[in-house]
Amino acid sequence: MQFGLSEEQILLRDNVNRFLDDNSSLDRVRRYADGSDDTDIWAGLTELGVPALLVPEDQGGIGLAPLDAAIVAECLGAHIAPTPFLGTAVMAPTALVASGGDHDALLADIAAGTHRVGVAFSEAIKRRNDARVEVRGERMYGKSLFAFDADADSYLVADQQKHLHLISASDPGLKRTHLTTVDKTRRTVELTYDNVEAQCISTDTKVFDATVDIGRVAIAADTLGAAQNMLDQAVEYAKQREQFNRPIGSFQAVKHMCAEMAAQLEPCRSMVWFAGHALAELPDEARITACHTKAHLAEVAQFVAKTATEVHGGMGFTDLVGLHYWFKRCGANRQWLGAPEFVRQEAAVLQGLVTD
Amino acid sequence: MDLSFGPEYDSFRSEVITFLTNNADKAPKGNDLRGQAAKDWQKLLIENGYTCRTIPKEFGGYGAEPDIIKSRIIAEEFSNARVSPGLGGQGISMLVPTLLEMGTQEQKEQFIRPTIMGEMLWCQGYSEPGAGSDLAALSTAAVLDGDEWVINGQKIWTSTAQIADWIFCLVRSEPDAPKHKGISFLLFDMKTPGIEVRPLVDMTGQANFNETFFTDVRVPKHQIVGERGQGWQVANAILGHERETLAPANTAQTRVNALIDLMKNETADGARLIDNPVYRDRLMKIQSKVMAMRFNELRVLSARLNPGQDPGLSRMITKLEGTELRHDLEGLAIDIMGEIGLAYEDNPYLRGSGSWQRDYMYFLGLIIGGGTSQIQKNIISERGLGMPREPKFEKAS
Repeated sequence: MQFGLSEEQILLRDNVNRFLDDNSSLDRVRRYADGSDDTDIWAGLTELGVPALLVPEDQGGIGLAPLDAAIVAECLGAHIAPTPFLGTAVMAPTALVASGGDHDALLADIAAGTHRVGVAFSEAIKRRNDARVEVRGERMYGKSLFAFDADADSYLVADQQKHLHLISASDPGLKRTHLTTVDKTRRTVELTYDNVEAQCISTDTKVFDATVDIGRVAIAADTLGAAQNMLDQAVEYAKQREQFNRPIGSFQAVKHMCAEMAAQLEPCRSMVWFAGHALAELPDEARITACHTKAHLAEVAQFVAKTATEVHGGMGFTDLVGLHYWFKRCGANRQWLGAPEFVRQEAAVLQGLVTD
Repeated sequence: MDLSFGPEYDSFRSEVITFLTNNADKAPKGNDLRGQAAKDWQKLLIENGYTCRTIPKEFGGYGAEPDIIKSRIIAEEFSNARVSPGLGGQGISMLVPTLLEMGTQEQKEQFIRPTIMGEMLWCQGYSEPGAGSDLAALSTAAVLDGDEWVINGQKIWTSTAQIADWIFCLVRSEPDAPKHKGISFLLFDMKTPGIEVRPLVDMTGQANFNETFFTDVRVPKHQIVGERGQGWQVANAILGHERETLAPANTAQTRVNALIDLMKNETADGARLIDNPVYRDRLMKIQSKVMAMRFNELRVLSARLNPGQDPGLSRMITKLEGTELRHDLEGLAIDIMGEIGLAYEDNPYLRGSGSWQRDYMYFLGLIIGGGTSQIQKNIISERGLGMPREPKFEKAS
């Protein structure tokens, strides 16, 4: 029995972290927030094999498991890295492989880092306002809000029946409007469809479910990384910053804030590991664990993001320190693919406590 | 990642289940530490290696090599079967491991067998009115007079003192030494003249604790564990272990399942409580936390089995998070029952034999006892996160 990361997984984590330390610094993220692209970061991650992680070996990939993707997601969250990882490297390959269709060429392009896939699932996960996706005879009409990995070559779109479709970013009927959010480390877009060619990937809701499940676990892992980084920054700051002739970290008022963050966050690490493991190995537990992990990480991260900012005092509130990028990343992760209350409702439905 | 224990352990689990199926009817009901049924059950469990498993045969134990997984399987299956896992109490859980680690051969021979057989019941004399979180400030004095220690002072929170045969007790034997180096660990008979036990009724309405007073209590000099002045190390040899086991996640999981049953059966205005979306969301939040703690425990277990694995803070946070979680969990059950949640003792509307209110209060006690939540946060921040210690106050002269 061994509940933890293997040597290979620790190596993967260390390699990705080392690359991101050098190439996704806060200064680099600020440039992305100001309008630059993420091409260099994605190119570097491609050299490390990141887009190929979940693509099967015989389709040009590395064929690793969801837990490995979660490990990378944690690194990306810690570095608030701007990348198309979630849609392109996690959800799209999962959907394409699970569909059972022939997507060899597309999977090979994804693995090679030359094709990016955005995700527009808001229609199928608690539709808001006037969003509506309709597909009639392989033509798509309507609108999706807040599609993520906005700068993509194609989009994976779920309609209200949870059927999955692939559309090309260059389709003349597609209109893309950038939607500004608080989270400047990743871009979201509104997609308007007017007679867009829709390639149906799957009408099996199990494929949709599997895609959402792994997306949720990856988001939870990203949140884990971001929250852990905020805690680390808060502890470091509290050790350095002096008031009343002593480090503020020697005051119980401050150190207890840090202890509370650590105590809540530490079990989250085991939870993300288990959730990643369950997706591949424990089908009976995978879905409910994914829901709980997404919801629980969102709650803990909300507490950590607020508290870590408070530990920094006034500096935490400034743009100078930049802590707000992590704060907002946690906030965006909380809302994407289902806010906590909705995801917990799904957990209740999955164990038969209530019908949807 | 490998969550299987392997075929050897699968067959061990089957053995435990078979034993439970064949013998569960002999298990004592309730929590009577002194009854004959409890002692007979204890004897049967030791003979089969289901309790006192690693205590050497020469001292009355089963004499097996330590095996964390087998211990866990035993605990899981006894819990699933809701069968008593054998005698508990501070003698078995704290004194026996301490003696095995620090006691003399004579002490091991004299005390371990009768303790694990339930013939010798112990209480623990650690905390004092002036020494709670700051336990090392204890002041109960032991002065050597010829071949005897003469003990004067007071202990508090001494559970089972009113029925205990013996006490293991921390005393200040070297008043001039620094506070952690002036303590000794003594063992003595509770029938010794000069001991007075006064029950201390707690918020549950029961006298789970006592105040224990010592006036010129004379104890033979050799009834000391470790050397003079080493009592702090002797006591600390096993204190950390106690903290980790106060609120296990498996039990929390069992309670969540009981809470789900309760919500399916109880109604408000004729509607099942589980159908109330507010209550259901609160239930799901608790279930998330219990799940996280279960996986945290897997990590603790794995780090024990695989010495190279970094446990992070997973061990250090279990007492704080586990006890707070159980208090919240039991409190939710009370909330959802409305006025019925208040039922207590002989109330005919009592649910779950009153366990929800009892555990709600009991776990508040555990949040405070065994190192308060605030002490836990000091430990996590200072030892876990490496934050600076609070500056010490100099004593006003």
